[in-house]
Amino acid sequence: MFSVELLDSALFASVFRALIPILLAAIGGLICERAGVFNIGLEGLMLSGAFAAVAGSYFSGSAYAGVLSGVVAGVAVSSVLAYGAVTRKGDPIVLAVALNLFAVGITAFLLVAVWDVRGVFQDPRIVGLKTMPIPALSQLPWLGSVLFNLTLVGYVALLVVPVVQLVLFRTAVGLRLRGVGERPLAASSLGVQPGRYQYGAILASGALCGLAGAQLSLGNVVQFAENMTSGRGWIAVVAVMLARAHPVGVLGAALLFGFAEAIGFRLQGNGLPSQLTDAAPYVVTLVALVVARRQFARASTSVAT
Amino acid sequence: MDEGPGGLRGSPPGPFPVRIAAHEEGDRVAELELRGITKRFPGVLANDQIDISVAKGEIHALMGENGAGKSTLMSILYGLYQPDAGEIWLRGERRRFSSPIEAIDAGLGMVFQAFKLFPSLTVAENVIYREEVTRRGLLDHREANRRVTEIADRYGLAVDPTARVERVPVGVLQRVEILKALYRDAQVLILDEPTAVLTPQEAERLFTILRALADDGRTIIFITHKLKEVMAISDRVTILRDGRAVASLTTRETTAAEITRHMTGRDVELRAWPVTRPAGAPVLTCEGLSATGDDGRVVLDSVDLTVRAGEIVGIAGVAGNGQTELAEVIAGLRTAAGGVVTIAGTEVSRAGVAARRKAGLAYIPEDRHGVGTAPTADATDNLSLGHHRSGPLVRRGVLQRGQMVERARELIARFQIKIAGPGTMVGTLSGGNLQKIVVAREMAYHAPLLIAEQPTRGVDIGAIEFVHQQIAQYRDGGGAVLLISAELSEILNLAQRILVMFEGRVVAELDAATATESELGLFMAGGGTGISAVTTVDGTESEHAR
Ligand SMILES: Nc1ncnc2c1ncn2[C@@H]1O[C@H](COP(=O)(O)OP(=O)(O)OP(=O)(O)O)[C@@H](O)[C@H]1O
Ligand SMILES: [Mg+2]
Repeated sequence: MFSVELLDSALFASVFRALIPILLAAIGGLICERAGVFNIGLEGLMLSGAFAAVAGSYFSGSAYAGVLSGVVAGVAVSSVLAYGAVTRKGDPIVLAVALNLFAVGITAFLLVAVWDVRGVFQDPRIVGLKTMPIPALSQLPWLGSVLFNLTLVGYVALLVVPVVQLVLFRTAVGLRLRGVGERPLAASSLGVQPGRYQYGAILASGALCGLAGAQLSLGNVVQFAENMTSGRGWIAVVAVMLARAHPVGVLGAALLFGFAEAIGFRLQGNGLPSQLTDAAPYVVTLVALVVARRQFARASTSVAT
Repeated sequence: MDEGPGGLRGSPPGPFPVRIAAHEEGDRVAELELRGITKRFPGVLANDQIDISVAKGEIHALMGENGAGKSTLMSILYGLYQPDAGEIWLRGERRRFSSPIEAIDAGLGMVFQAFKLFPSLTVAENVIYREEVTRRGLLDHREANRRVTEIADRYGLAVDPTARVERVPVGVLQRVEILKALYRDAQVLILDEPTAVLTPQEAERLFTILRALADDGRTIIFITHKLKEVMAISDRVTILRDGRAVASLTTRETTAAEITRHMTGRDVELRAWPVTRPAGAPVLTCEGLSATGDDGRVVLDSVDLTVRAGEIVGIAGVAGNGQTELAEVIAGLRTAAGGVVTIAGTEVSRAGVAARRKAGLAYIPEDRHGVGTAPTADATDNLSLGHHRSGPLVRRGVLQRGQMVERARELIARFQIKIAGPGTMVGTLSGGNLQKIVVAREMAYHAPLLIAEQPTRGVDIGAIEFVHQQIAQYRDGGGAVLLISAELSEILNLAQRILVMFEGRVVAELDAATATESELGLFMAGGGTGISAVTTVDGTESEHAR
């Protein structure tokens, strides 16, 4: 199934499979971070999206309808977080922890309630996302067959990076959002309402996590499994910290985690025990966290008063 | 001589009919008029029927003791607070500002005591925030920089529009705040204690700018505790006392002494506090103390100093030459790169803050909001901090709340802190009263060594006198004091020896009995041998440019 060689296009293909959900969720987390909301609910939002995507696809027979319902579910669940954290001024960490637990429970419950299935739900009626090779480009050797042979969601994920970069750093909305995240009082003294931007950021992260979930359950595989995100949302949180909330940095961090996951997978194919190889992305996360903490400590500078 | 509110009659021209010498154009409506403004906070009447009238192009100073209600009044004018009663009239029109945005739109601009800037954004981005310049949907940085530079050049506000705000010195931050207001075309500019954080040279520059703005027909209201500034730059001055406007005077026709009397009801003359006894044994010694700043630059370069019992040693220097870092290193808040610190015979070079405090350190930090107090805690807690390890405040490991409140009451009374009660959150205190909380607590340790960093910043003249007296008493009781201050007169009045810091080094040691302000100024600029006063200013300029 796998060649003995470690770096070949099959490996890159699995790197990208692993990377896209993490990247989408991390960009969502980045937008929140820039607006001053530490969103650790990415995991739960992604899981809700994954479930809704499978349900949407199953009932409509269309993969894109599935993706759409994933996005809608992500936005809907994130609006609860937004209401709690912004309108009700709750602690976003506490709310997001509750949200993550809720997402695991409700998706497992609905799995039983709707399809009477426990664990993994697979069905021929779930239509998966097809990859859309771009003519000519996908024929390029090596990366061509990977980079230009993604699902629609995959292309969107790669486009989101430059778009968010542009919006954050080159538009008025981005400037205001960054200001809100850094000094909400200064922003409101100039008539910018921090709450609005924070709402927008949290809902955007819901939509992006919904997409991430759809890619997971309709792109990478065509099924829903209980807790199938298995920590990818948390890895996305780490990616945001590691990249210090820069879109290109987040892409780099997502690549790192994608590699870790793919290499782990590959080593497993080469006979290493899966308990060891499955841990690869988390080991990378742990190392990254230790590094990221120090950078974060230094990043907190303030203006004299 | 207590004139009370009736003092209005005694002082030449009454506050109302607005006839301003500098910009007189016959009778016309005032640019700004406050009528009967009243504001009550729980337990305090912060503003009581205040009437003020300001003419166009006038520089109007607002003075008064700590807690007199100056900041509250300006916050009402700017739409941050709603008055309980009273009216705001702008160019003959009654206005109501339910938020600062409405005030901004009406042509008001405010520079707060605590700057409201975004550290990671550039100067230009801070200025244009929410009034962005865009082209085809994208920010037009070049145009923004051009507009900011244009306004800055017109009034001599030297700034680099592309510099990140977190990297510019405090004097420039203030210019950014002024630029923000001018960019929004503020006709009335309010500044709350703008010079409290500035060096004398920076303050001088600010006044040149304010003059240029006033000559351009803009109206300026500024709050200050410094009489010298009021006399030097204002056209008129209004004095608040206990929430009431007790006098509005034309500056040319009044004197500093008269203003002081209106503020405090008595004569206050800041004087020197000479020593009565020779200094004793060394309490603080620093040998070869070195440290690096947050950005890795050397900020302290082998500093040696000794402070003896019964002695005040003053540290003079232009802000940013290592004074703050020196205090932090001695207090244990910043790790030294090298050197030895001894407090009351105990070597504490590597010790933490608690060990140093135990060895005999009390410390009044420069930053009263972030370091000096816990703003959301009440006065009782803030005044008990550090006293909570032993003694009457704690018994068998349990804090004695009753004792704490008792103590807080006593300190509030002794230091005349204007606060509703010991249970009041200190975050709502006026700037000067917050400073008094810190001073009261640190003095109450009766530690052998006191490091006092800008102990009277933002404090009214009566309270300055009081704090000076406290520090002098502390010294006369055998305490050793390291006094770091931007006010040269404060150092000259209190210290026996003066060390001048420049670029992290002690460049001169002077005897306070013979030293003069101009002599100090020379050393502070890094000179010292036959350099003219002009170079002093230039030396400070290169400081800004960094
Ligand atoms: N938000 C608030 N809540 C309760 N009390 C307040 C609040 N703001 C101000 N006060 C009180 O109102 C009084 C006036 O305060 P204000 O800040 O206007 O004084 P100030 O004249 O600016 O003094 P300073 O010179 O010390 O800055 C003080 O007694 C203060 O404690
Ligand atoms: Mg004030």
